[in-house]
Amino acid sequence: MLKTRVIPTLLWKNVGLVKGVGFNSWRRIGTVMPAIKVHNTREVDELILLDISATLAGRNPDFESIYEFSADCFIPLTVGGGVRTLEDIQNLLRAGADKVCINSAAYDQPDLIREGAKRFGSQCIVVSIDARKTENGFYECFSHSGTRNTGKEVGTWAKEVESLGAGEILITSIERDGTMQGYDLNLIRRVTENSAIPVISSGGAGNYEDMFQAIQAGKASAVAAASIFQFTQQTPLEAKQYLATKGIPVRNINAKNQNTSHIRQVPINQ
Amino acid sequence: MRALIVDYEMGNLGSVKRSLEECGAEVIVSKDPKDLDSASHVVLPGVGAFHDGMANLKQYGWIPTLKKAAKDRIPILGICLGMQLLAEKGYEGGEMQGLGFIPGEVKRLTPKMPGERIPHVGWNEVHQTKTSPLFEGITSGTDFYFVHSYYFFPVNKNHAIATTPYCGNFTSAVATENIFGIQFHPEKSSKPGFQLLKNFLGF
Repeated sequence: MLKTRVIPTLLWKNVGLVKGVGFNSWRRIGTVMPAIKVHNTREVDELILLDISATLAGRNPDFESIYEFSADCFIPLTVGGGVRTLEDIQNLLRAGADKVCINSAAYDQPDLIREGAKRFGSQCIVVSIDARKTENGFYECFSHSGTRNTGKEVGTWAKEVESLGAGEILITSIERDGTMQGYDLNLIRRVTENSAIPVISSGGAGNYEDMFQAIQAGKASAVAAASIFQFTQQTPLEAKQYLATKGIPVRNINAKNQNTSHIRQVPINQ
Repeated sequence: MRALIVDYEMGNLGSVKRSLEECGAEVIVSKDPKDLDSASHVVLPGVGAFHDGMANLKQYGWIPTLKKAAKDRIPILGICLGMQLLAEKGYEGGEMQGLGFIPGEVKRLTPKMPGERIPHVGWNEVHQTKTSPLFEGITSGTDFYFVHSYYFFPVNKNHAIATTPYCGNFTSAVATENIFGIQFHPEKSSKPGFQLLKNFLGF
């Protein structure tokens, strides 16, 4: 049976790892390389690494750093941030990414998804969607790290990116991001009900029950989380042990050498 | 032990190279078919569409060299798209002839049960249906990492050495003599992945 993935997300800004709340008030919490190494040693299901400043700064993905990060990463690695051209996708795959996340560029140039899927295969094109509920009661999609309202309704956009050839959707609730108050289940459902490709739930996980809810009620194929794996004692391994008791198929729950203290980096004051 | 990774511009070869090195192999990544002369093992990796994959192999002049290597009993391992190219025919990106090392076709997965989404992404069981040196020391049913929408449908069931429970049961590994193909990614499957690569290098 296909296992439900528990995926740590690493948010990368300038030179370090960061954590924010509602896509704002970023705090530096450490460096990327050690975090990737720890996750690799613990054999997590997959890792997502998002460069959240590339698009806003109008720069390309940092291929050299990705090359270094992935050198000793023998688990699947999804990389996003600043991807605007087919060349960017190719260079990220060459640098060691297994899948590439496209967010802002997808709205302006949907052809990037179509051509990317055609050339590199749908399976490595992940479309990342950041959404929040707006005054008109719909979930609307925001680009540029949550700063620009695209006017697209999330269900419609999910359908559209799937028809363009996306192989997976990473759906993040902007309001819930970093709050640890639970995923926005209505948002997740809106996306899973409007697509037939795998959906990764993101934004708001505070405990293992939240993850169960995203899978059970939200129908997510995978759950991603950042804060709880960095600021609490909770670990991907324990998350999977919990999910297993609830009947969710997961992998590697008896893995050894995962029980040592989890990556906990002391936040550096701004 | 000198493993050659065929570079035909289809996806990420870096992690395959690093994994093989971890397993103790000397690795060359090459676009030049001439380099195959010095190799003891050949790895055909790749992600992307079948049609483009074959077109690129052809463009770089790999097809006659790979055919000769297959005949000369050099161990060949196809990974993901590389496995699919071992077949006679594929349909992704338009109908196209494959290398034809193992009789069969490459078809698109079709959901058989509610909740089965395509692509098939994530960790799933590899159930060994036949004894193979490739799986030595690996328990049948071990999870490996998959990410694909198409699969190898062998004409002769004897060529299937493992199946995976998704969209019915699809063939996730094939083998005949010195030719091996696996749909999953050993380079991204942690310890079981290393074990499998070591087994291949030991063949």
